Amino acid sequence: MGLDEFFVTGEPLIYAGMVAIVLVSGAIIFLLTYFKKWKWLWREWLTSVDHKKIGIMYILSALAMLFRAGTDALMMRTQLAFPDMNFLDAQHYNEIFTTHGTIMIFFMAMPFLIGLMNIVVPLQIGARDFAFPYVNALSFWSFFFGAMLFNVSFVIGGSPDAGWTSYTPLAGAAMSPGPGQNFYLLGLQLSGIGTLATGINLMVTILKMRAPGMTLFKMPIFTWSTLITSFIITFAFPILTVALALMTVDRIFGSQFFTLTGEGLPMMWANLFWMWGHPEVYIVILPAFGIFSEVIATFAKKRLFGYNVMVWSLILIAGLSFLVWVHHFFTMGAGAFVNSVFSVSTMAIAVPTGVKIFNWLATLYKSKIKTTTAMMWALAFIPSFTIGGITGVMLGMAAADYQFHNSYFLIAHFHYVLVAGTVFGCFAGLVYWYPKMFGHTLNERIGKWSFWLFVIGFHVCFLPQYFLGLDGMPRRVFHVVPEWFNLNVISTIGAFGMGLGFAVFVYNIYYSYRHSEREKTGDPWDARTLEWATTTPVPEYNFAVIPHVKSHDAYWDMKQKGETIYDESKLEPIHMPNSTGRPFIMMAILAFTGFALVFEWIWLAVAGLIGALVIMGIRSFDYDEGYHISVEDIKRTERSARGQSHELR
Amino acid sequence: MANRSRNIPIKHIIGFVTSVVLTFVAAWTALRSNLPVMWVIISILVLAVIQAAIQLFLFMHLTERGAGNTPWNMMFHGAVLAAIIVAGSLFTMSFGFM
Ligand code: HEM
Ligand SMILES: [Cu+2]
Repeated sequence: MGLDEFFVTGEPLIYAGMVAIVLVSGAIIFLLTYFKKWKWLWREWLTSVDHKKIGIMYILSALAMLFRAGTDALMMRTQLAFPDMNFLDAQHYNEIFTTHGTIMIFFMAMPFLIGLMNIVVPLQIGARDFAFPYVNALSFWSFFFGAMLFNVSFVIGGSPDAGWTSYTPLAGAAMSPGPGQNFYLLGLQLSGIGTLATGINLMVTILKMRAPGMTLFKMPIFTWSTLITSFIITFAFPILTVALALMTVDRIFGSQFFTLTGEGLPMMWANLFWMWGHPEVYIVILPAFGIFSEVIATFAKKRLFGYNVMVWSLILIAGLSFLVWVHHFFTMGAGAFVNSVFSVSTMAIAVPTGVKIFNWLATLYKSKIKTTTAMMWALAFIPSFTIGGITGVMLGMAAADYQFHNSYFLIAHFHYVLVAGTVFGCFAGLVYWYPKMFGHTLNERIGKWSFWLFVIGFHVCFLPQYFLGLDGMPRRVFHVVPEWFNLNVISTIGAFGMGLGFAVFVYNIYYSYRHSEREKTGDPWDARTLEWATTTPVPEYNFAVIPHVKSHDAYWDMKQKGETIYDESKLEPIHMPNSTGRPFIMMAILAFTGFALVFEWIWLAVAGLIGALVIMGIRSFDYDEGYHISVEDIKRTERSARGQSHELR
Repeated sequence: MANRSRNIPIKHIIGFVTSVVLTFVAAWTALRSNLPVMWVIISILVLAVIQAAIQLFLFMHLTERGAGNTPWNMMFHGAVLAAIIVAGSLFTMSFGFM
């Protein structure tokens, strides 16, 4: 294989991408060396097992991925607004919608939410870390290297181009030769390890490590939504793992699970993909529901209306989410009876979702709403998401779906749920918990600018797409006919509005870092749950004294009674895990293995696998017991954080 | 405490080695043995059951006390999901084609 086959050649946009990559990496390496930060990076971040730092790394990576996939989106929108400019050709367009979708779901939405869970859940339940901090680091690095493996495809080897659903037979070896599709399979396989491990990790953390007195039905609602999401992850991800593995074996070793030849069943891929895929859309929406519930309760200054009903509808949605997958391929022709069954189950799932909408409205009803930026995202979510949900029910009617399927109507639907649900939720959560993470709030004025730009841009972008769909414009086309010109131009204008909103959001991070007042109280929003009871910045052990919980909205009640969670007389030495570089190294080796497999360099891949096994072996005989923080040290940290004198009594 | 955890974890090593061996035996049965298809299916199913038992007893702490119903609860849900996958696939993939 020559270098010209290894690197992607002949495409000016991609050459520009290469130059950008070299420049940015060069700049990062230069800055780290110039400011002598390499040791700091390794010691404080790359080897950390602290859930708060891992959470921050997740969110930073997710923002970077939002930028990458957002750029993909703007390129697609540019092409569709000016189809005769030949900005993108057919092949390039196919690659871009594939990477856009895959990155948004796997490397933006999930890690963003998992990052927020990482930071918030242990704090909300009064715990000092995850149940398995080492595994948590492993999860992060598996996601990170999986994402890098997938992202590198556009300059090395060529991007996958069979859509984020990667349907066979198109995605099989016969019709998509070359490394592109392998990047999809191995990038997702690698990051899937981490997602599954996080699901189990969070489940155990929530079930086993709650503060004394916090029964399941006294848990904050975001923790509940995380618990339910973890269940869905744990049960749904193995399906994807197996499906990806089967297709990998098909493509690399010539088996015939999903091929047209042999006794392959290409449609079985769609079946397995959506058995995982529908639960997946709930994996990315339920945590967002949890975030909105917290934000709405805080800024409406009320206990969440119908807490128990909210929890039960989460559980019901989770259960039903495994029973509706066929609605993604009604048109495959399984027959009227099969389609009817899944049509009914699909409509059933809208019921608990509707219940939640009414509960949020009831929480807002007759309350004193404080319109902070976080609350505005939550308020915008309710009507926007409802539009997405209602059009979902329309799609769920099998007979009607023969018209809607694979048209822009579908595109509009899932962007209304994914953007107005998941992305608004991530932004609301980031703004809301930002002071806990970084010790200062984001600027409200600039925050509202980014909010309005993004929300208005969002509706201008996606509302016309419903009508484009009704006018017959199919998804995944790079050229449009004159009837669709006007609406496409409007839609593109909206898309650039969203891009601008995102840019302002990122600018706000920089601006607030420079200018925002440092946060001292630990509770800037006068909030209700335990994460606000700690000092800011949160000490590495989270809680000097583990709180006792008596009611739902534990911290709110403590404030009403004038209590704090800190009691110097109750301090005891705290046991903490040591940092370790092994998760990073192990996942770097597995990424190398994946890369070798992408190019089907089998012996190199075997060598990589052996390397990973050796690291696992070393881990198995690792008796690191962690370390203890002494009472003296805790006292010193707490006193300086609480603004008391540094002297010890 | 420190002393006890430093013992070589015999149980886990045995479990690990047997599960690797069982995997290879299953692969060999499917790829290289000349058994009739029915027998291949039956033998890899039997191997799968043994494999699951090894995982449950040697790694998943099934015999440990103090975990309450959680393991059984999870296994129940796992079984329900497996049933949905198998029955659901048969239902959607063969209905109207049989
Ligand atoms: C009221 C609840 C919902 C209903 C009834 C519903 C229904 C549907 C139906 C029937 C389809 C398939 C349409 C077609 O392919 O022709 C679909 C597609 C989709 N839905 Fe939903 N949905 C709902 C909520 C959600 C949520 C909450 C999300 C994610 C946050 C979501 C994400 C998606 C995605 C990503 C697709 C398209 C996948 C693709 O083909 O690429 N949906 N929805
Ligand atoms: Cu679905």
